[in-house]
Amino acid sequence: MFLIKCPYCGEREQSEFSCGGEAHIVRPKNPPDLTDDEWADYLFMRKNIKGVQFERWNHSNGCRRWFNIARNTATDEILKIYNMGERPPKIEGNDLKTPSGEPEIGSGNISTSFKKE
Amino acid sequence: MHKKPKKYSVFSLIRNAVSYHENWQPVWRSPEPKKEYDAIIIGGGGHGLTTAYYLAKNHGLTNIAVIEKGWIGGGNTGRNTTIIRSNYLWDQSAALYEHALKLWEGMSQELNYNVMFSQRGVMNVAHNLHDVRELKRRWHANRLNDIDCEWLNREQVKEFCPIINTSPNIRYPVMGATLQRRAGTARHDAVAWGYARGADAMGVDIIQNCEVTNINVKNGQVTGIESTKGSINSKRVGVVTAGHTSVIANMVGIRLPLESRPLQALVSEPVKPVIDTVVMSNTIHAYVSQSDKGELVIGAGTDGYTSYSQRGGFNIVEDTINAVVELFPLFSRMKMLRHWGGIVDICPDASPIVSKTHIKGLYFNCGWGTGGFKATPGSGWVFAHTIANDEPHKLNAPFTINRFSSGELVDEHGAAAVAH
Ligand SMILES: Cc1cc2nc3c(=O)[nH]c(=O)nc-3n(C[C@H](O)[C@H](O)[C@H](O)COP(=O)(O)OP(=O)(O)OC[C@H]3O[C@@H](n4cnc5c(N)ncnc54)[C@H](O)[C@@H]3O)c2cc1C
Ligand SMILES: [Zn+2]
Repeated sequence: MFLIKCPYCGEREQSEFSCGGEAHIVRPKNPPDLTDDEWADYLFMRKNIKGVQFERWNHSNGCRRWFNIARNTATDEILKIYNMGERPPKIEGNDLKTPSGEPEIGSGNISTSFKKE
Repeated sequence: MHKKPKKYSVFSLIRNAVSYHENWQPVWRSPEPKKEYDAIIIGGGGHGLTTAYYLAKNHGLTNIAVIEKGWIGGGNTGRNTTIIRSNYLWDQSAALYEHALKLWEGMSQELNYNVMFSQRGVMNVAHNLHDVRELKRRWHANRLNDIDCEWLNREQVKEFCPIINTSPNIRYPVMGATLQRRAGTARHDAVAWGYARGADAMGVDIIQNCEVTNINVKNGQVTGIESTKGSINSKRVGVVTAGHTSVIANMVGIRLPLESRPLQALVSEPVKPVIDTVVMSNTIHAYVSQSDKGELVIGAGTDGYTSYSQRGGFNIVEDTINAVVELFPLFSRMKMLRHWGGIVDICPDASPIVSKTHIKGLYFNCGWGTGGFKATPGSGWVFAHTIANDEPHKLNAPFTINRFSSGELVDEHGAAAVAH
């Protein structure tokens, strides 16, 4: 369980929110021209990153507005919250030393030193 | 080749009792990795170990290594609620899971290792009209596929599991249930240890505390791996890393439709036997059985976001406990002893991917999500076939990565709702 600071309502429990999955997936401009593989890529394939991931969230049991979060999925730390339509932010800090060591928080990875904003 | 392990029997038990159990031989060796293998399996969970076992046993490939970043069975294999059943809706899934269930039935004998497989039955409870229709549909589909399944009305549910609350006045009343009598539970660690012992006896190297950090590919052909114990060469690499599959896939730019999420479970203090079957409810996301130690084993639904942290939210646990207590009021004062999470790899159609890739010699076995423990022996069986022949077995042919392009999804989400 973690807390999320809704840009519109302030800090609330994660259970008030719904995760809309990976952010910045652009809807294809020319749907009729897409091959089946391109459709599959758009519809189904996900980066599913261990580390800093950009995600869409909705305050579904609150103001019901959407926003983006940069979150370290290895530790569940929220690094930055930014508006829909904004470019993904640069997050400074160390990436994971190996793809899957053990962390101090959570138990997915070697502790990272990403800057929180 | 090293010497064969001694067979376990009542005589070996007595013999070792006389020497205060200090002379048992190790169950498997702990070798250093060789420079090269005929095949490398990444991930020492149940699925990775059965893959190695059947590669050796069914395909005569014994120069192989299982590479595990932690200890074998320390992933979802050792974290799950051990429900085993084969009553899936679609023909493709039914065939795959039923093949696995048949292997469970002979497993302890075959391995000479007691995996405590207990066919105590699994009951899937219906709480509303929609559930009744879905479950009856599944019951009929199962019968067409020769899978044992029965429909129980409310009175029969009460008779089969007397402690369940069948009052019509609760929030989610029991309106009936399907029952698969051949379904049940097993001891998860024993499955990992038994297959490790069996594979080791045929010459498979089980290498623990060794993390794979990269996959080497040359001209579209896999050539080996990089690991925390150095480079190891092999022209065949099978990836069986459950929640961490995308981490490996991202090393070689393979795109997969997976999302890794926490799935939680908990056990209570041990009590005398009160429930001799497994009760599952998809609608209210709760399932319960009792271990041989007497603990209630309770499973929840997934947390709704990507995470590799191996822990989830308390709200999920609370929802599950609410449901369990309503169905079983006599559990309301029990104390919970332990609570944990595993990271499960969820596929959009809630079916696994057991598949070749566009890189020659690189194979993936993943997407089992919340329900792969039951498939452990069958998954290894078909994946070994796929790796040995560079072609899928007929049972895993429908479960390729390509189904997401062709549209031939095996949609078990709607059918099984919670696919444990
Ligand atoms: C709480 C919970 C309850 C569940 N309940 C059920 C149930 O009742 N019935 C059911 O059928 N299924 C259930 N499941 C699902 C089931 O546990 C899994 O589908 C199954 O165990 C997966 O087995 P596996 O061998 O593929 O994965 P794992 O056992 O997770 O093995 C994967 C291994 O890969 C290793 N690994 C990862 N990355 C690397 C790397 N880079 N290098 C080396 N090794 C690596 C990991 O350390 C791990 O040991 C449940 C899961 C959870 C978490
Ligand atoms: Zn809000």
